[in-house]
Amino acid sequence: MTLKTWREILAGGLITDAGNTEEYETGSWRSHRSIIDMDKCTHCMICWVYCPDGSIMVSDGKVIGIDLAHCKGCGICVHECPRKAISRVEEALAKEGVQ
Amino acid sequence: MVSPKVRGKPVALDGDRAVAEAIRQMSPDVVAAYPITPQTEIVMRFSEFVANGEVDTEFIPVESEHAAMSACIGASAAGGRAQTATAGAGLAFMWEVLWVASGTRLPIVMHVVNRSLSAPLNIHCDHSDSMGARDAGWIQLYDETVQEAYDNAIQALRIAEHPDVMLPTLHAMDGFILGHGLERLELLPDDAVREFVGVYKPEHSLLDVDHPVTYGPMELTDYFFEHKRQQAAAMERALEIIPQIGEEYGMLTGRYYGLMEGYRLEDAEFATVALGSTAGTIKTVVDELRDQGVKAGLLKLRCFRPFPATTVAEALGDKKAIAVLDRSLSFGAQCGPLFLEVITALFTHGFSPKVLNYAYGLGGRDIVPAQIHQVYKDLIDIDREGLAGPSLRYLGLRE
Repeated sequence: MTLKTWREILAGGLITDAGNTEEYETGSWRSHRSIIDMDKCTHCMICWVYCPDGSIMVSDGKVIGIDLAHCKGCGICVHECPRKAISRVEEALAKEGVQ
Repeated sequence: MVSPKVRGKPVALDGDRAVAEAIRQMSPDVVAAYPITPQTEIVMRFSEFVANGEVDTEFIPVESEHAAMSACIGASAAGGRAQTATAGAGLAFMWEVLWVASGTRLPIVMHVVNRSLSAPLNIHCDHSDSMGARDAGWIQLYDETVQEAYDNAIQALRIAEHPDVMLPTLHAMDGFILGHGLERLELLPDDAVREFVGVYKPEHSLLDVDHPVTYGPMELTDYFFEHKRQQAAAMERALEIIPQIGEEYGMLTGRYYGLMEGYRLEDAEFATVALGSTAGTIKTVVDELRDQGVKAGLLKLRCFRPFPATTVAEALGDKKAIAVLDRSLSFGAQCGPLFLEVITALFTHGFSPKVLNYAYGLGGRDIVPAQIHQVYKDLIDIDREGLAGPSLRYLGLRE
């Protein structure tokens, strides 16, 4: 996202675009990553309800993963999942695993 | 100068009651205030207006000044006109939220009745309270008389709401000296004030459900600095707007206002600089000195924030010696806050006259003509003999 100058932005930090949180990526804040075990997940949507950042990705009524560009790694989904289907690993280790 | 458009009604009121009348005439949507000496009479009188149905303002009797300013912030963000009044410790208690009001660019109007800050506990006048808020992003006007308290109260609203400004604005009157001092002044007719302040049409508001807007979001390293730069720019623009509104008010009333007032200043060799009611005392002394052949003058600063540096430097640059009177102390600093501004303005505009700084009047200590005479005598001495001794001196203090 290109940052604007002080002459180009609305005074007082007001936000007039609804739903612009999506443009602000907060995934880099994360110290721990939640990983869903799809074999255990029953798609009950409890994690989707609890996630404070809307980062549980859903398609056709099924949980399909976590939006890592926005997930801050708070771990609420891990705590709330009734099936213990979500685990939590250190972001650094998760990154190594990914690469 | 044209004759005023409206005729004022001469009355005798103290500063608090004059400001209460001004608030009634401006008829804000919300007044949230907590009583504190010596501002109490403003809130007391205004709440009577509300109780008697003389004004349809929503009056919120809050539990503290922090809550008063917070309620004003909410009301202003909702698109209403919001005002409050406070003094001393009350203003200090607002400190955190003063910055929220200015940072969110809400044109709240605040009437400050200057009072010292504890401890020791003291209810009398000095400028420690408003000077403590000098960096909070509020426009600050200072009143010399009860008439000016009334006039500045009304102009503050227009300055705050000007689209090029949109900054909260306070005007400060000296506690007890003006707040409880009975003076003759002229009140404008209600409809003249109503017309002067007009109808507030905010560009954005929380209650405009067709155009939803978020107020007060978090901003981190990416945009916070840019919004602070905008506030600085708004202050710069206010330097243009404040005299324009002062001119418009003058056309209406016959009383014209600028950023400062020079009293016998133009050809003066020795000048003092002061805020508030002390300027009236100094004018008397200037007249006496002029009768004795001393070229004395006064720069009464009306607008402290934004500080009109060029105006002040041009008015003072050719003087032989200048004394700046500060009614507050900045402990450990080299000088008082007013001196700091005046000297910076002079230096950055290429002037270096001889200068003295006086701290005076703390905790309501009287300032009398004999002391002002001493100040001018000191100026004549340092002009002749050069500066000896400290540049910060204490006036009216038992040594």
